[in-house]
Amino acid sequence: MEVNVNIFVFVKRVPDTESKIRIEHETNSIVEEGLNFVLSPYDEFAVEEALQIREAKGGKVTVVSVGSDEATAVLKKCLAMGADEAVLIKDNAPELYDGLRIAKIIAQAMKSKFPDYNLLLFGKQSVGADNALVPSMVAALLDLPQINVVTKLEVEENSVVAHREIEGAYEKVIVSLPAVISAQKGLNEPRYETLKGIMMAKRKEIPVLTLQELGLDEEELAPKLELVKLESPPPRHAGRVVEDEPEVAAKKLVEFLRQEAKVV
Amino acid sequence: MIIVYMEVRDGKVKKSSLEVLSEAKRRASELNQEIVAVCVGHGLGALAPEVIQYGAKRIIILDNPLLSNYSPSGYAFVLTELCGELAPQGIFFAATSLGRDLAPRLAAKLGVSLASDCIQTAVKDGRLEVKRPIFAGKALATFRFKSSPVIVSLRPNVFALDTPGDEQGEVEKKEISVPEDRVQDRVSEILKEEGAELDVTEAEIVVSGGRGMKGPENFDLLRELTRILPHSALGASRSAVDAGWIDHQHQVGQTGKTVSPNLYMAFGISGAIQHLAGMSSSKVIVAVNKDADAPILKVADFGVVGDLFQVIPPLKEELKKVLSE
Repeated sequence: MEVNVNIFVFVKRVPDTESKIRIEHETNSIVEEGLNFVLSPYDEFAVEEALQIREAKGGKVTVVSVGSDEATAVLKKCLAMGADEAVLIKDNAPELYDGLRIAKIIAQAMKSKFPDYNLLLFGKQSVGADNALVPSMVAALLDLPQINVVTKLEVEENSVVAHREIEGAYEKVIVSLPAVISAQKGLNEPRYETLKGIMMAKRKEIPVLTLQELGLDEEELAPKLELVKLESPPPRHAGRVVEDEPEVAAKKLVEFLRQEAKVV
Repeated sequence: MIIVYMEVRDGKVKKSSLEVLSEAKRRASELNQEIVAVCVGHGLGALAPEVIQYGAKRIIILDNPLLSNYSPSGYAFVLTELCGELAPQGIFFAATSLGRDLAPRLAAKLGVSLASDCIQTAVKDGRLEVKRPIFAGKALATFRFKSSPVIVSLRPNVFALDTPGDEQGEVEKKEISVPEDRVQDRVSEILKEEGAELDVTEAEIVVSGGRGMKGPENFDLLRELTRILPHSALGASRSAVDAGWIDHQHQVGQTGKTVSPNLYMAFGISGAIQHLAGMSSSKVIVAVNKDADAPILKVADFGVVGDLFQVIPPLKEELKKVLSE
């Protein structure tokens, strides 16, 4: 059934999960030098889902990133995976882990530039800020239904059915479109870019929108959180290591748990 | 006034909400604020005595049949109305799947931001300050708030639970009206896995397996340990999940869940950096690994170098023995 879904996927550039995070204390930020930046892993599931929906139902996939020029690289990756269009909303503000700013920018962009959307797809959280704020906040600002942490999604003509992961179970939710959905691992297997896709993405122009063009001013976007301090977690030290016969090792381990650590 | 959102599942108040209530009380007394516990749903009156025992002097139950099942838009709607009426200075949630879904929706409706999944709260110079992990715990960030109300969600299993006492409190049941079109995303059904176990984020003990488990069938060995150990859950490393041996619900690490149990037991997990990030804040870590150079042994309080398939059977017997004492 052809339903032509107009899908927007919101993506972020983040350090890959193998990265060691170092802190620059003077600026209260992480040291970016030497980090390998990638498309945030949960966003990859969102892009893949959008492509699968387009393939099954028809429609269009537009990927959007809010950030500096460097975010172009992750938009190119999404184009190479098969997205139709990409848009960069330029925002050079330092990372303050304040999702409201990003949510306001996205909501305003949708209202003023892309009002005929059907489905807004996100990763369930960015890898890094780990906040999981933006999808719910965008849904609130646009007054849309939301289903977060989704592992199964079916799009019908005017509605979607989703399974949302909760503790030890799934919630089945049916909402009408337009809607906000955020992707969890397990939703699908993201595809690799094809050589043809990479070549096409290379040539494709990525339009840039500024906050002024969206009619946003800094006062409206002023941070609501103040980042007081960044620090490394207290280091853990290696404890005792035993290399005995299994029965002896098991006995020592249980003694440790029972008498020293007192956790069983 | 500080509102504490009390989450109800299967007709019971969640332990993580009682932990949040305990922590909110500690901060509220420093800030000279009263605590109001708020439940949303339908027909929840019977829960009040337990919430009172944990020290809530005032409980408000927002009741409407349309709210019998969770709906982020519907719940955020009634909480926004309540905040308009009460003008709270703070709202505390548990960082459960519901709390992490609902709190940001409410925050955006109130025009404020929030700090998710906090692991520490404090009052400094009369203001609330919170600490939360970023990069799944590879770094910690401390925040203050520039707007009111202050909204936070607190990680389950981190904050001390008060002892219930013989307390008094008043219960206010508000039959609140909700336009039907404000409930846009109501849960229609809860699908439970057959024999579903406790979730890793809520367990006191996590028994986790990695590539060293060698195959899906061997996770039964770990399941047996979780049946022996009270309040324990089954975890897994990314490689075990990506190999298809176990559902991703169980994954601990940077693209899985970040956990802080009292005890984390790692079997056949080498300790990739993205895994260590997700479990390093566990109170006690033990590991069984055949490789003496495995990174997991650098963070474990107690490590066994050996074959997990030979260690688990006697370990099971020893645990049974001491737990029956």
